[in-house]
Parts: sequence; structure tokens; C-alpha cells
Amino acid sequence: MMVPISWYLIFAAALFSIGLFGVLSRKNAIAILMSIELMLNAVNINLVAFWRYSYSLEISGQAFAVMVFAVAAAEVAVGLAIFISVYRRRGTISADEIDLLKW
Amino acid sequence: MTFEQLLFILIAAGTLGAALLVVTTRNLIHAALWLIATLFGVAILFVFLNAGFLGVVQVVIYIGAIAILMIFAIMLTRQVADTKGPRFNENWLWALFISLVFFAAIAYILSLLPEFEGTKPILSSEIDPIKQLGVALVSPDSYLLAFELASVLLLAALIGAVIIAWEQR
Repeated sequence: MMVPISWYLIFAAALFSIGLFGVLSRKNAIAILMSIELMLNAVNINLVAFWRYSYSLEISGQAFAVMVFAVAAAEVAVGLAIFISVYRRRGTISADEIDLLKW
Repeated sequence: MTFEQLLFILIAAGTLGAALLVVTTRNLIHAALWLIATLFGVAILFVFLNAGFLGVVQVVIYIGAIAILMIFAIMLTRQVADTKGPRFNENWLWALFISLVFFAAIAYILSLLPEFEGTKPILSSEIDPIKQLGVALVSPDSYLLAFELASVLLLAALIGAVIIAWEQR
């Protein structure tokens, strides 16, 4: 008896929900970025699991996961650069104190 | 319950526990270390799914680059890494509610899938997934355009990050 695909999907759903909670509730902007990484990882698990459990010989699931890796790396680089720049100007990266665009 | 299932449950539980600590730990450095543990668990699951290349890439890119970059950024913004002060905003109960409802909705929709209980097909031995992936990424019929766009995106992100974080004098 092997591991059914449902276990992977439930695991990915749980990981995504934890990341969603982090994004919605954390104060620190870098912590929000870390939660986004959790969500991207959950998506990757789903892609690879569907690739492994499908009967077609297409490699699309893994190719998409590689693209997600590239986009995640770009997103983190730009995001952290923005936070460092914001910290230099305002002295904080608490998400609810960065309110220049709020009125 | 077979050995494979037991191993999966152990790894999945460990990964989810580490992920919970990522979003709840007060000290950001500790959160980043738990993030590394989570990413490592996901890498093990990739290996479970016969995607060894992605497992290695996960360790090299996510743990080796992204997590270390996070730790650098936390240390550069020292003042917020202290252990005092609230870690959640005032809407955290709503966030908990929303994510629980979201999880329940996904689990319900997944249970409606016809192949929800599907088991692994046997990988035929004459197909090498790594070779297949390499060919797919550079052949014009499949993902060559996306591959080149990803490299342009990475270059743009690199230059953009340098310019944004540049210290004006």
C-alpha cells in the first residue's frame, strides 16, 4: 500500500493555509515574505504530486515547478531590497506603520 | 500501515509543525531557522515523489540562497528582530478564521475529485525524468520561451534589487 495522492494534496493545503495565516496576521514585513515562501512551496508540492500521479508522460508539472523557483527567487530579491530601502528611510518595516499611501 | 506511509506522516507532521513555528515565533531569526527546516521537509517530499532534481534545487536555491538572504535582511533591520512587542496585528483572529475556512474549503473540493484516492503509477524504466525535464526546458516545442523569459526576469530582478537597495548620498 503506497501513499495516495490525497495525502500530498491535504498536506499542501495545510501548508498553504498556514502561509495564508502568516501573510494576513504577521506584523513584520520579512515575516510576511517568509509566509509567502510557504505558500509557494505548497503550490510546488501540488504540481509535482499531480505530475507523479498522472499517467501521461508529460514533464509539465516539474517544468512549472522550476518556473515557480525562478519567480520566487526574483520576488524575494526585490522584496528584501524594498524592505531594506524602506527601513533606511523610515526606520521600521512593521507592515502597519508603512502607511504612506493610506489616507 | 506500511513503512512508506509512516515515513510520510512523520515528515509531513514535522514540516507542518516547523511551518506553524515560522508564522508564530516571536524572534525572526528563529522563524528563519524554522523556515529552513520547513523547506528541507518539502525537499524530502520532492524526493519521495521521484523528483530528486527538484529536491536538490530546493536545497540549493531555497535554503542556500533565499533563506540566507532572509537572515541577512533580518540582521540589516535589527530593531525589529527584538523579542518584545506584538508579533501579530489586531486582525489575527480574523486571519485564523479565514485560513481555517480556506483549508476546509480546499479539503472539501479535493474530496470531490474522482482520482482523490489515486495511487502512484509505476515510472517506466526507459524514461529518465531529469533528462526529460532538461529536454523540455530547452526545446522550442515546449518551454524554451518560458525558460528564456525566466532568465530575463532574474536579470531584471537582480538589477532592480541593486538599484532599489542602493544607498543615496
